[in-house]
Amino acid sequence: MPRVKARIMNKEAIDRALVRIAHEILERNNGTDGLALVGIRTGGVHLARRLAANINRIEGVDVPLGALDVTMYRDDLASRGKKMPLGKTDVTFSVKDMKVVLVDDVLYTGRTIRAALDSIMDLGRPQQIQLAVLLDRGHKELPITADYVGKNVPTSRKEAVKVLLTEEGGSDEVVIMDLEGGE
Amino acid sequence: MPLKQKDLLGIEGLDRSDIEHIIATADSLKEVSTRDIKKVPALRGKTIVNLFYEPSTRTRTSFELAGKRLSADVINMSVSTSSVVKGETLLDTVMNIEAMNSDIIIIRHSMSGAPSLIAKELKSSVINAGDGAHEHPTQALLDLYTIKERLGRTDGLKVAIVGDIAHSRVARSNILCLNKMGVEVRVCGPATLIPAGIEEMGVEVYYRPEEALKDVDAIMMLRIQMERQGSGLFPGVREYSRLFGLNEARVRLAKEGAIIMHPGPINRGVEISPAVADGPYSVILDQVTNGVAVRMAVLYLLSEGRA
Repeated sequence: MPRVKARIMNKEAIDRALVRIAHEILERNNGTDGLALVGIRTGGVHLARRLAANINRIEGVDVPLGALDVTMYRDDLASRGKKMPLGKTDVTFSVKDMKVVLVDDVLYTGRTIRAALDSIMDLGRPQQIQLAVLLDRGHKELPITADYVGKNVPTSRKEAVKVLLTEEGGSDEVVIMDLEGGE
Repeated sequence: MPLKQKDLLGIEGLDRSDIEHIIATADSLKEVSTRDIKKVPALRGKTIVNLFYEPSTRTRTSFELAGKRLSADVINMSVSTSSVVKGETLLDTVMNIEAMNSDIIIIRHSMSGAPSLIAKELKSSVINAGDGAHEHPTQALLDLYTIKERLGRTDGLKVAIVGDIAHSRVARSNILCLNKMGVEVRVCGPATLIPAGIEEMGVEVYYRPEEALKDVDAIMMLRIQMERQGSGLFPGVREYSRLFGLNEARVRLAKEGAIIMHPGPINRGVEISPAVADGPYSVILDQVTNGVAVRMAVLYLLSEGRA
């Protein structure tokens, strides 16, 4: 069994990071005009919803919110470790000419984001796509960088980073687990 | 989660969790067909061969679209234009197809068991698109998906299947599938078209629609195969239509809001009246739409298990 090695963010730290990112998104995009948030299933969807709530508290505007399941766009059909059931892609607004902020929990190899970029492009042609992540853990395999980062955490490939959110029955914390001994 | 098996030969080999997994995957994939760009790259580079030894438009087109919406290369072979007319055996045909590196072979054949025969010889995944009077698993899955989508659940529902039960692979697969999902199944038709011992499959047998349709949540009409007219199994199409055809009066016997289903192609005015087929409770075209999503799910889940 993987063992919890360190707790690197608690609820307050996650909340503060998401408030800061919400401000950064608004600052960089000059407000909410043409702005949309799209979360990547499953963790990113919850974070996108929280960011949208923060943006509403700051600007009083509900920005369009969508969810993306990128499974069908992955380059590792069948070989990926976690076998999650396929989720729904739910983007009910047109992404054409929008400034779309993709939201995910952890940026690791960049392959999920590559898949998400292709997936969004198939739905329409946004004016811009930006990327917000709660954690950037390094080990990129593709030239993909986040525009908004909650926390940079240097990790080893032998470790797993888990974002546990209350929406999924977790406790709102980020932990590093040791994969030595096998998962 | 891929499916546990290499092939989809029938509902018989699936358990309830497999069925629920296929339906949930179909539900997620349905959205792809509503996009401007109706395509995702999941099966890019995979080769799917549609091998149909019996006529079909709906099922073949549905599988073809399902494969193409997942970006696979789909080849259609129909018997009339293939080497079968030159006397090639079924096994030789499929071994030749596999020698061209196919990944999935979808087969419809008039002989029960043909898909399972070739599945044993092939590395490709085999999907049964209807074999004789045996099974038509994707039809049962799309019917179940439509029921679940419209009625929100399956456990405790009552469904009546009306028509030629004896020669229907759709009925067989549906009985197996609905039973596994906790649905009470009734079958109804002329005694000559109800096979002896069908009760052992866990269904109630009725010979009068007036009784069979009472308080059901869904009515599945089967196509009366015109080819069988004159076979002595029923006196005539007009009599069949009068005794078993679904009209508005018979629909009213079912539960309020019951849905009307038909696997197609329909014989208007024979087993189903136009007013019912086009009426507010008909989900016949939803079945067709859902068929593409269910077949996408099956193609995807089998491919996931192969790599």
